[in-house]
Amino acid sequence: MNIHVKQDEAAKECRLDDMKQGILGRDVSRPDGLPKVTGTAPYAAEYKIDGCLEGVIVTSTIVKGEVTNIDASSVLDMPGVEAVIDDPRLTARAAQGTAGEAPAQPARKVGYFGQPVAVVVARTFEEARDAAKHLKIEYRVEDDAIVDPEEADAEAQGDGTKMGDLAEAMNSARHSVDVVITTEGHNSAPMEPHAAIAEWDGDKLTVHASLQMLNYNISELADSLDLDEEKIRLIARYVGGGFGSKLGVSEETVAACVAAMELQRPVRVVMSRQQVFQCVMRRSETRQRLRLAADEDGKLIGFGHEARVSNLPGEEFAEPVLQSSEFLYRGENRLLELEVARIHRMTAGSVRAPGEAVGMPALEAAMDMLAEKVGIDPVELRLRNIPERHPAKDLPFTDHSLAECLTKGAEAFGWDKGPRKPMQKREGEWWIGTGMASAARVHNVSEAKARVTLKADGTALVETDMTDIGTGTYAILTQLAGEMLGLPVDKVLVDLGDTNHPRGPGSGGSWGAASIGSAVFVACEAVRKQVAEKAGVSENELSLSDGRVMNGATLTDLLDGADISAEGHYEPGAISEDYTASGFGAFFAEVRVNRYTGETRVNRMLGSFGFGRVLNAKTARSQCLGGVTWSIGLALTEGLKFDPRDGHLANCDLAEYHVPVNRDVPEVEILLLDGRDPLASAIQAKGVGELGMCGGAAAIANAIYNACGARVLDYPMTPDRVIAAMPENA
Amino acid sequence: MRPFDYQRADGLTHAGQLADADEAAYIAGGTNLLDLMKLQVETPRRLVDINKVGMREIEQTDDGGLRIGALATNTATASHDLVRRNYPVLARAILAGATQQLRNRATTGGNLCQRTRCYYFTNIDQPCNKREPGSGCGAIQGIARLHAILGTSSQCIATYPGDMAVALSALDAKVEIASESGERTVPVRDFHCLPGDTPWRDNVLEAGEIITSVVLPPPVAGRQSYRKVRERSSYAFALVSIASIVEMEGDMIARADLAFGGVAHIPWHDERLSNLLVGQAPDRKLFDKAADLLLEDAQGYGENDFKIPLARRTLHAVLSEATGVDQ
Repeated sequence: MNIHVKQDEAAKECRLDDMKQGILGRDVSRPDGLPKVTGTAPYAAEYKIDGCLEGVIVTSTIVKGEVTNIDASSVLDMPGVEAVIDDPRLTARAAQGTAGEAPAQPARKVGYFGQPVAVVVARTFEEARDAAKHLKIEYRVEDDAIVDPEEADAEAQGDGTKMGDLAEAMNSARHSVDVVITTEGHNSAPMEPHAAIAEWDGDKLTVHASLQMLNYNISELADSLDLDEEKIRLIARYVGGGFGSKLGVSEETVAACVAAMELQRPVRVVMSRQQVFQCVMRRSETRQRLRLAADEDGKLIGFGHEARVSNLPGEEFAEPVLQSSEFLYRGENRLLELEVARIHRMTAGSVRAPGEAVGMPALEAAMDMLAEKVGIDPVELRLRNIPERHPAKDLPFTDHSLAECLTKGAEAFGWDKGPRKPMQKREGEWWIGTGMASAARVHNVSEAKARVTLKADGTALVETDMTDIGTGTYAILTQLAGEMLGLPVDKVLVDLGDTNHPRGPGSGGSWGAASIGSAVFVACEAVRKQVAEKAGVSENELSLSDGRVMNGATLTDLLDGADISAEGHYEPGAISEDYTASGFGAFFAEVRVNRYTGETRVNRMLGSFGFGRVLNAKTARSQCLGGVTWSIGLALTEGLKFDPRDGHLANCDLAEYHVPVNRDVPEVEILLLDGRDPLASAIQAKGVGELGMCGGAAAIANAIYNACGARVLDYPMTPDRVIAAMPENA
Repeated sequence: MRPFDYQRADGLTHAGQLADADEAAYIAGGTNLLDLMKLQVETPRRLVDINKVGMREIEQTDDGGLRIGALATNTATASHDLVRRNYPVLARAILAGATQQLRNRATTGGNLCQRTRCYYFTNIDQPCNKREPGSGCGAIQGIARLHAILGTSSQCIATYPGDMAVALSALDAKVEIASESGERTVPVRDFHCLPGDTPWRDNVLEAGEIITSVVLPPPVAGRQSYRKVRERSSYAFALVSIASIVEMEGDMIARADLAFGGVAHIPWHDERLSNLLVGQAPDRKLFDKAADLLLEDAQGYGENDFKIPLARRTLHAVLSEATGVDQ
C-alpha cells in the first residue's frame, strides 16, 4: 500500500499530539548508541569480506595540468602490489550535495595540488600505501593557476538583492556601521574517514560507503561508472560524522568500484586523515562587507551584505553566505551580493551549515557594533529589527521564534540589560566579558519515502535509505513510529542506509528529520487506518498504546498473523513557495581574555533555539551542543592554511587543524523552545542539526570586545589577532 | 610505510649490537616515529625496540638531584612525588604537552628526540632541507605560523616542538649518553642543534649513541612555572612557551632561570637574561629590557611575525607573576 501526501496546506491538526504512547519529544537514548560505543556497529570500512584487496589513493603534486603518464611498472614489482588503477572513470573530485550526476572526470585532469589521480591496489593496506608513495607520474603542467582568492577574478553568483538606495541610506542614517569581516576556510573533520568497500559479481555492484545521501549518491555513482542504477546497491548503515563532507559521492567510493570491476575482486579504499583534509571539500574562506544604516532608535533603514567566496573553475557551489541575511532583519534599502573567485585550491563545498555558519558571525558582529553606536542593549537592537514579513520577497514567515529565543535566552543566561562598555571586569590577568548573537538557519524539507510494517508479532519495522550520520535518525524514527502505532521503543526496529529500501533525501541541510519523519508519519497513518478497520473504529478514534488497542485487545490478536505494511511518500507542496521558513535562536557567551597573551577561553555559553516540534529532547540537545562546539572552533581555533605558492593545504591533520577539544568547551546550557510549525512539515518540525553553529561565533567575538575592547574582524580570533586589536590600556 | 625489520633488545649492549646496521632506528614509545613512518618521512629498515632494556627508574642521585631513566614515561615522570615537589616546572611542562594517552607511551629519551611539526617536513610532496637535504625550505615564504624567530638559518626555520625539554633547559639538566665506546654527559642546553647548514641534525647524538637518562641538579629555591600560549587549550603545540624558576630575596631577584619553547629549533636559553635580571628590583622597565635582550636578533617570516610581540608579552606575564609586580 502506497500513500502519497503533497503538503499544500498547513498541518494544523497533527494527530501526533493526540497519541497515547508518550515517547515523542522525550529524552530517548539512541538505539544505535550501544552498538556504536561497544564497537559492534560496522562502519563502511569495517565489513569483513574474504579476499578483499586494499586500495590507496595517489594525489597530484602539481596544481594544474594533466597527467601524461602513470608508470605502473614503477610499483608492480613491489611486495603485494596487484594493480595500478588509472581509468577514465576515476573522479577528480567529489560530487556536490544533491548533484545526482557524476563529478568531474577523468582524475587525470588536475585542478589542484593534492587531487586524487590514481589508485594503487595491493594485498595489504601497508603494501598499497608504500607503493602509492613510490608511483611515478609524469605531468604536463599549466603554470597559469591562481591560488589566492584575492588575486583572482570573481564572478557574480545569482542576481543578488537590490532594493532602494543603500548608499543614500548610509549617508542619511543617524547611526551606521561599514565593516569588512573575514573568515578562514574550514574542514568538516569527521571522525570516520571517507571509506568504501566495493564488490562486483560481474553483474551487480554492492558498495559499503560512508555517505550522507544515498538516493543522490547512487545516481552519481551510476553516472560515474556508466552503469545502470539497478545494478548498484549502496549501503551506509552507520556514518561516523558527515558535516557535509559526505553529501556527494566521493573519490574513494568511485575508486573502490572501478578497482573492483577491473580486478573482479572486492576492494577497500580508505582515505588517510591527511587525504580527508586535502581531498574532501573545504568551506570557502569569505570576505564580507556589512553595511548597516539605522535611525536614532536603532531601526534599520539600510542593510548591506556583500560577500566574496571562492571555488574551482566550473564548480557550481558557492558558499551561500547571505542565506539568512536575506530575511533576518528589516531595512528597506537593501543590497546583498555574492561573488565567487575562481582559484585552484581543493574544491569548496558544503561544510557544517554552509552559509549561515560564516555569514551569521559576520552579520552579528556588525550588529553588536551598531548597538554600541546607537547606545542600546544588543538584545533590544535585534528585537527592534525583526521584520513582519520577508523584507525583499514580501512573504509571510512560518513559525517565527527569534523574539522568544532572544528574551528567554537572555533571562536564562542572566544577561545584564542596557548599553554596554568594554573593559569593566578583570580577574588577575584575565578580562571578563559577555556577548550575544542571534541564530538563524533556513528550513529545508524535501521529498521522502519510507516503509512502515506493523508485524504480526506486535513489533514495527521502519525501512528507508535515509542515513544516520550521528544525528539521531534511528532514535527519532523509532519514536515517531512507536508514538503512532502505540509501541514502546524496544518494539520498533529502524533499518536505514540501504538503497534497496524506499528512498529519502538523505542527511544534509538539516532537512533529514522533517522530511523522512513526515514520510514515516504518513506511512503510519496508513497503517493505523488498516488497524482501525480491523478494530472496527474510525482512525480518529483509534487509540493505541503499549501494543494494545483501547478496548484491551492486543495488536497481535488483532493482526491475527498478518503484517500490515504501507509506504509513505511525503512531498513538500505549494506552501514551501509561499512562506519563508527558518529555525531561530540566540547565543549568549561569557569569555575571558588574557591581557598579556590574547588567549581567549569561553567560561560559559547558552543557546536558546526554536525549530518547531522537538522530536527527541536528548538528541536535539546533543545536536545543539555540537553546533555550539563548532561555534567555539570557528570563533577561536579553526582555519585552513593554504600555501601561497601552490595552494596546497598545509595544516592537514587533527594536530594542526584545531577543532575544539574538551577543555575548550565549558558548561553549555541549551534551551529548546518546543513549538509547532504546521507550515514546515507534516510533523510540524523544522531542522535543528546546523542551527547551533549559525551565529554562535559572534557571541564570542562580541564577548571578547566587551571583555577587553579588542574588536577582532577576522575569524578565528587567535591570540595574535586579539593582541593586535587590543587597546593600549588593556 | 616502507617495509622494516623489527628486533627487540633485551639489554643496552644488545640494543647497540642490533642497531649497528644500516638505517636502524630505536623505538621506545613510538608516538612520533610511527606517525612519521606512516607518512614515509622516516624510513628505517630496522626498528630496535628498547622497551625491555630497563632505564625506567626515577631515583635520587647522591648529591640530592634526580636521575630520570630514558624510558620513564612522561606520565610516570610528571606524577612522581619528587618531581612534583621539587621540580614542578617539569611536571607542568610535561602535562602541558600532548594528551594523557600519548604521555602514557612517550618516554624521556624519545621526547628529547622528537622531531619538528613543520608542515613541510611532514609532507613528502613538499621541499624540506631537514627531511631531504638540498630540496629547499618550504616554510620560508610559505605557511610559517608555527615557526622559529630565533636562531633560524636560510636552510630551515623549524621549531623544536616539545615542552618537557624547555623545562629541562630551565632546570639546567644533563643528558647522559652511552655508546660502545663509553659514556658522556651533555647539558640539555647543548643537546639540541641550531639548523645552520645542517638542518637535518636535530641534536648532538652520534651514530651508535643512546640516551640512558636525564639528571636534574639538586632542587633550588624559587617559584617555578611553565607557561604555554596556544589558541587551543590542550593538544596543541606552543606558539610561545616559557619555563621559569624565579627566586626573590626581599625586593630583589635572586635567581631567574628561563627557557623558551616555540621560538627556535632548540629549547631557547639565553644566559644573558639571568645576568640582567639577577640582583635587580623587578619592574616593567626591567622586564622590557629582558625582552629587548631576548629578542634583539629575532626575525619573523611573515606568518610568525606575531611571535615577537607575543614572546615579549608572555615574558612580561611570567615575570610579573613570579615577582609579584602588578603591571
